[in-house]
Amino acid sequence: MTDAAELRRRTQELLAAYPPATTDRTDFLKARFDAGLSWVHYPQGLGGLGLPRSLQTVVDAELAAADAPDNDPRRIGIGLGMAAPTVLGFGTDEQKQRFLRPLWIGEEVWCQLFSEPGAGSDLAALGTRAVRDEATGDWVINGQKVWTSGAHTARWAILIARTDPDVPKHRGITYFICDMTDPGVDVRPLRQITGEAEFNEVFLTDVRIPDAHRLGEIGDGWKVAQTTLMNERVSIGGSRIPREGGMISAVAKTWRERPELRTHDLHQRLLKLWVEAEVARLTGERLRQQLVAGQPGPEGSGMKLGFARLNQEISGLEIELLGEEGLLYDDWTMRRPAVVDFLARDAGYRYLRAKGNSIEGGTSEVLLNIVAERVLGLPSEPRTDKDVAWKDLAR
Amino acid sequence: MSDLLYTEEEEALRSAVRGLLAAHCDAASVLARVETDEPHDRALWKSLAEGMGLAGLLIPEELGGQGATHREVAVVLEELGRSVAPVPYLTSAVVATVALLDCAGDEASELLGALASGRTVGVVAVPLPAAPGQAFNGVREEGGRLQGRVTGVADAAAADVLLVPTSSGLYAVDVTDDGVTVEARTSLDPTRPVATVTFVGARARVLTDNAVPAVRRALRAGAGLLASEQLGLAEWCLTETVRYTRERRQFNRPVGSFQALKHRLAQVWLEVVGVRAAARSAADTLAAGSDDADVAVAVAQAYAGPAAVHAAEEALQLHGGIGMTWEHPVHLYLKRAKADSIALGSAGRHREELAELVDLRAP
Repeated sequence: MTDAAELRRRTQELLAAYPPATTDRTDFLKARFDAGLSWVHYPQGLGGLGLPRSLQTVVDAELAAADAPDNDPRRIGIGLGMAAPTVLGFGTDEQKQRFLRPLWIGEEVWCQLFSEPGAGSDLAALGTRAVRDEATGDWVINGQKVWTSGAHTARWAILIARTDPDVPKHRGITYFICDMTDPGVDVRPLRQITGEAEFNEVFLTDVRIPDAHRLGEIGDGWKVAQTTLMNERVSIGGSRIPREGGMISAVAKTWRERPELRTHDLHQRLLKLWVEAEVARLTGERLRQQLVAGQPGPEGSGMKLGFARLNQEISGLEIELLGEEGLLYDDWTMRRPAVVDFLARDAGYRYLRAKGNSIEGGTSEVLLNIVAERVLGLPSEPRTDKDVAWKDLAR
Repeated sequence: MSDLLYTEEEEALRSAVRGLLAAHCDAASVLARVETDEPHDRALWKSLAEGMGLAGLLIPEELGGQGATHREVAVVLEELGRSVAPVPYLTSAVVATVALLDCAGDEASELLGALASGRTVGVVAVPLPAAPGQAFNGVREEGGRLQGRVTGVADAAAADVLLVPTSSGLYAVDVTDDGVTVEARTSLDPTRPVATVTFVGARARVLTDNAVPAVRRALRAGAGLLASEQLGLAEWCLTETVRYTRERRQFNRPVGSFQALKHRLAQVWLEVVGVRAAARSAADTLAAGSDDADVAVAVAQAYAGPAAVHAAEEALQLHGGIGMTWEHPVHLYLKRAKADSIALGSAGRHREELAELVDLRAP
């Protein structure tokens, strides 16, 4: 029997034993995890079956057809996209057993404590300290993190902190799993230009982390974090969209429905952006086909760059097209949205929120360096910080 | 959804074409040829057409062709673009061939056989900038004889037979006919020169009595597959410029290490990736005869032309002074890219076409 046929059989077995219509959502998700159908490329016993990642679509199609509940992936995106692959790649057996199941089911939400006020693009310069308490073996964390989405709902965080300030910056970092219920964790909303607060500042004061929650070796945190960050960029801009899906749909709809707003200049710009959105969609589709065929290309590195610029230009055009209505804004009230939905709000929101697209998850400038150096093989700028101890760097 | 990848067979075809071009179409020989009276490389054409059977890819086997599809033709064009090869492939093996495939009758079948062998080069007598769907009225037919003039006809100087649209049908005319004059013009793109073609009572054989659909389909295929030529062209520009900026040292470091330069090359790479996706989409929908081909072709041409010009312009600038010399081949790519951006409908024309196709109408 082929892997795909076997997967279909197992999925039908799950659906027969736990009919979605009469099964509690969490019970169904637990049963799915235990059947190895959560992420089939994960190992057996950890929600998977050790199969190629591309076969997940077989399971998903069967479950969607049966109207089975999902794990609300948007709510737990950081756990699924970033924490899980890192735990899988670097965790101990105990850590994998402890964390992956509640993470996938959505019982435990995760957030990411990486960026700091003084360490954005230069993340490796981070200054949050982790000091070993020799008496207990625990780590004591002090510092400040920023741009943490979901910190106010998270149970756990992936955290990188400096354990050795006397070596060059990339070498003195260690990766931890941080308990967000620790009394030393203080989460404060960070209000952004849209008026709402998707993100938080997180102040860490004498937070205690047992050594059993260290991920990877002491001083290996930068290497471990690369796994997290690679997965972040794969998940941004990775899903399949229909023609005229995404940001272009709103402005195209307005264009068709409101002929009185049309001008020749806007028409030329709209058509140009429509073409670019379609080419970006085809590029994403080609990347997806490469992944399915087991020949991943470097094209993924560019997807986020393209979408950031397009989202910004399209939403800017939309405000101009709306004219007087473009002068309005739906709501400046400080809110805490659980997910970002560009199309659920008005053009002004889209315009403002899209400005973050070229900053979050790697600025466009840093991503252009990555494309130039890792894809094209151009030499890096001369480095002045490589062989200097972190404590001696200019700040 | 279109298959946007390359099959193993397509990759094998690419290797074979690239190998041939590496041996017989290096930049120095292309450059040496452009100032001669013989801008087209007939020996190379013979190798491609007779040796490899590439002129007949789109022609069914029973008519002497290979019975392949637009997908394989696109791969050949990528490689020809990468070498700015001075051969009438796009004009004869794509545009003229597709026009003939749309005509029934022995005359068309016979011509297709001749084109498939490569011994005959056919060119549709329309200006190179003509977009699919554009109307032509430069030539009129009276009693089997043609009268009139067409300017800007690409590769006419290499043609043996001209396919001429008139209001009474599409006609085939031999260039050896006394009533035909082909006047080569000094062209911006010397690797695909244009000519003025004049008909004074030229003897013509009718291929179909309605030229409009045949020429429309021919120009649509040409426009869609031109994106693959532009892809090869842009890739050469990017690859050569990356190589050069890694080696060229100023201020005691490779100039490619400066972010001001590497960001520009990364931007070109992003556009090349986009051109590849759009070009494969156009080739695949054309091959499938899909209803979506009109949109896919218009998207590919609205994007690929400016992207290839951008790649060539960046290549010249980032080569510095050497890029301005006649000796360095980058100018051949710039000239081809700029001419290509006008060919078979400019980006602006294809955007206007899209405005209709996807219902985003003008004010």
